[in-house]
Amino acid sequence: MNWTPLILTFQLALITTLILLVISIPLAYWLVQTKSRFKPIIETLVSMPLVLPPTVLGFYFLIAFSPKNTFGIWLNEYLGIQLIFSFTGLVVASVIYSLPFMVHPIQSGLSSLPSSLSEAAFVMGKSRSSTLFHIQLPNIKASLLTGIVLAFAHTIGEFGIVLMIGGNISGKTKVASIAIYDEVESLNYAAANKYSAILVVLSFCILLFVYIINGGYLKRFWK
Amino acid sequence: MIKLDINKKLDGTLGEMVLELSYTIPKGQLLTIYGESGAGKTSTLRMISGLLKPDQGMIQVDNTVWFDKNRKINLPPQKRNVGFVFQDYALFPNMTVKKNLTFASKNKKNLTYVTDIIDLMELGDLQNKTPINLSGGQQQRVALARALVQQPQILLLDEPLSALDSKIRFKLQDYLLKVHKEFNLTTILISHDIAEIIKLSDWVLILKEGKIINQGNPSQIFINKNISGKFRFTGDVLKIEAQETLYIVTVLIQSNVVEIVAQASEILGLNIGDKVMVASETFDPIIYKINRQ
Repeated sequence: MNWTPLILTFQLALITTLILLVISIPLAYWLVQTKSRFKPIIETLVSMPLVLPPTVLGFYFLIAFSPKNTFGIWLNEYLGIQLIFSFTGLVVASVIYSLPFMVHPIQSGLSSLPSSLSEAAFVMGKSRSSTLFHIQLPNIKASLLTGIVLAFAHTIGEFGIVLMIGGNISGKTKVASIAIYDEVESLNYAAANKYSAILVVLSFCILLFVYIINGGYLKRFWK
Repeated sequence: MIKLDINKKLDGTLGEMVLELSYTIPKGQLLTIYGESGAGKTSTLRMISGLLKPDQGMIQVDNTVWFDKNRKINLPPQKRNVGFVFQDYALFPNMTVKKNLTFASKNKKNLTYVTDIIDLMELGDLQNKTPINLSGGQQQRVALARALVQQPQILLLDEPLSALDSKIRFKLQDYLLKVHKEFNLTTILISHDIAEIIKLSDWVLILKEGKIINQGNPSQIFINKNISGKFRFTGDVLKIEAQETLYIVTVLIQSNVVEIVAQASEILGLNIGDKVMVASETFDPIIYKINRQ
């Protein structure tokens, strides 16, 4: 069996999750404390991938990143990046596609903390960033974990957007979900079954892990 | 000294109201703000600490201006050196008691002050516990200790004892008095408990719908006359019994039940559950030594 698609899938999910974590903490923090008029617009944009078919996003990325369009040309000339049919393109698309899965848990975690906690830190002379890293984030570990795991799992489950923007290049953009489709197309059911079974087991384990941690089962067992 | 002259439009539970306060708190005073909920008590503390911005006016502490609308001065809470004990205590759940205190301490290199406060507040046995494992009274002591570790000029207490049962309350009131005097603080307390106010405060402001409607020495305010008695205790009326020409009023003072003989004129308007002050002026008290067993 060819393991490359699976390895590629996990590389993609890992990189996407790391980037999302870095982006989503400030974004969620801003959404929680802002009184800006633009908040609903930003919130809508973050949530759009939840309702849109992935092919729609993929289609627009394809248009935007195309080396024939201004943005695509600019990217290629100034940054030397080609996003279409490349692994980098997959990462960019996955980050946007999985954004709500990371932002939402962190946002609801932060807003569920009593405001007196951060106010107490401000009165003690602590800056906003010190308060965020020493008080707010350590008290929403469960939300952070949920965000990390959901974003990771959701990236593994991508199909439409990956197919649109990444195509099907072996060793470069052919992730597990595409490989399954490919094997089925060529009536190679045994290979498709192997990939699928691995994904089923892994997804089950990942989600089970989240529920166990967040339900406090581990704490109860270890006490 | 805290000079307050603040004006703020608030959205209270009873609709919009304007909080208008103009008052100067002398250095070292323990001031209580008393009033119904929604009168603007907590908002006042929040404005002093910088967590809420007044619409108009100024706040000056000693010679430093903390807020001045006209001169566009508004020091952030981080720069105001205020100790704030929140109603919900706001202890950091991810830190032990000791970590809560060291985090609040401004001088990270010299933690002797933190250990001094731990001793003073008798927190030695609790210092490695997390807040979730503490009782209400213990959490309150930690919250007070944490506010003191910052070495503030001003201590703001938002109903710090309201969630505690009376026995722990009395003990914590003593702690409050002790630290107020020991650290020479200017303290502003919000309280609903008249006995507590009479016991603790030098001066009381009564707020109603954002305005000061009355102020004075607590016994003047709540008892309406000056009592010069040598003994004064406050308590709750448990029972009023008529006995021929006199009445026996049973009063709960701290945890003791006391019976007091009263005349018809004294019990006029007195009901069960009322707060009363018991004072004695005419006879000398007797002292007995209690022999330890």
